[in-house]
Amino acid sequence: MSKTYYNPDDLKKFSDITNWNKELGDKFFDYYTKVFEEGSLTAREKSLVALAVSHVVKCPYCIDAYTKDGLQRGVTKEEMMEAVHVGAAIESGATLVHGVQMMNKYNKISM
Amino acid sequence: MLKKTLNRQKNVLANSKNQLKLLSGGIFKNGSLPSFKKTLKKTKKFPLKPSSLEILQINLGYMCNQVCAHCHVDAGPDRKEIMTKKTLKMCLNLLKSLDIKTLDLTGGAPEMNPHFKWFIEEVNKIGVEDLIVRSNLTIIMANKKFEKLPDFFSANNIHIISSMPHWTKTKTDNQRGEGVFNNSIKALKKLNNVGYGITNSNLILDLVYNPSGAFLPVNQKILERDFKKELKENFDINFNNLMAITNLPISRFLDFLIASENYEDYMEALVSAYNPKTVDNLMCKNTLSISWDGYLYDCDFNQMLELKINHPIKHIRDFTNNNKLERDIRISQHCYGCTAGAGSSCQGTVA
Repeated sequence: MSKTYYNPDDLKKFSDITNWNKELGDKFFDYYTKVFEEGSLTAREKSLVALAVSHVVKCPYCIDAYTKDGLQRGVTKEEMMEAVHVGAAIESGATLVHGVQMMNKYNKISM
Repeated sequence: MLKKTLNRQKNVLANSKNQLKLLSGGIFKNGSLPSFKKTLKKTKKFPLKPSSLEILQINLGYMCNQVCAHCHVDAGPDRKEIMTKKTLKMCLNLLKSLDIKTLDLTGGAPEMNPHFKWFIEEVNKIGVEDLIVRSNLTIIMANKKFEKLPDFFSANNIHIISSMPHWTKTKTDNQRGEGVFNNSIKALKKLNNVGYGITNSNLILDLVYNPSGAFLPVNQKILERDFKKELKENFDINFNNLMAITNLPISRFLDFLIASENYEDYMEALVSAYNPKTVDNLMCKNTLSISWDGYLYDCDFNQMLELKINHPIKHIRDFTNNNKLERDIRISQHCYGCTAGAGSSCQGTVA
């Protein structure tokens, strides 16, 4: 067994998940492929969204994959970092907006 | 940023034998990855044989005013290999006797060959359907003697193909050298001004995109759309087609892959993207590459690896139109660069 939880080589084995459940695995990969096709958003725009989300969900596989994907699509490092900040802003905003819940609770039970 | 050629640096990879040794060793020798020959055999595509000769690609010399980080030619200002008038005359004689569609002139900077203009005019007297010059753009801005090149190109109905790895200064200059982006934009404007790349004009200006790093190009049409949008909106520049070319692991790009510890991952990416549908359309099937000193190669990459054609006739002086040069195309692991994904050739994707 690997002594670390994350191994870069595991990303290459992603499709192996179909080995233990072909039907659901295939459905997932069909869906995944379709999602990233050119649509109302370009594949380039989708790549930036994916990069931001990769950081928010803290997935090292996804960060590697969508940094490379962005480079392939001509995304600049400035665009990549702005996307990461968008993700970070939403994530920290999501934490901070709970501050209102804290304030509500505080006010309700305080004299 | 690269300032000197591998040749000038006396880098071990300036020697083609060392490159070939490296490409056959390591991950290919220990069986981690299959050799290109093995992959061709597995997909019933071995041996590679030429089809009909449609494109003659002539390398007019390795001298160039740029030293690009990915250059497979290891071209630069210090390279002295230049095609002589005697060899150029042999090329003209061959051209007269062959029925080829395209003459593709490359380098280095082909314009730096002192006989360049004379040769173009002689070619046009013979006439070919498509006369390509692979211009690096900045040569037009490099020296007063080159500033009239756009007029010369248009007067001779030359099809211009130029490299542009990105629509931003940083990414372009990182690959092609400081100041290359701004000068390329100025040169593109000059070409547009004489009618190149403009709708309804017969003067064709195509751009070549090479990835600026250890990754493969994505869909050529999508890249073309993005380049057209960005170059039009930001610089009012027009061009016809974008060709996406995969960087082959030879010369300076191989040096970069090794120095940055990307070699094994890059080769694995190329091997896993092998697409058998590309093989029948590979450029080595319909192209013959002629080096500055008149030797014959299956492609420009094989020329740089000094893999002369596998045929008793190896030099242009011995090549006549009645010889089909039937042979097995010479291959090594660098060939995976042309068979990955949608494939790659000097004319862009192939599948």
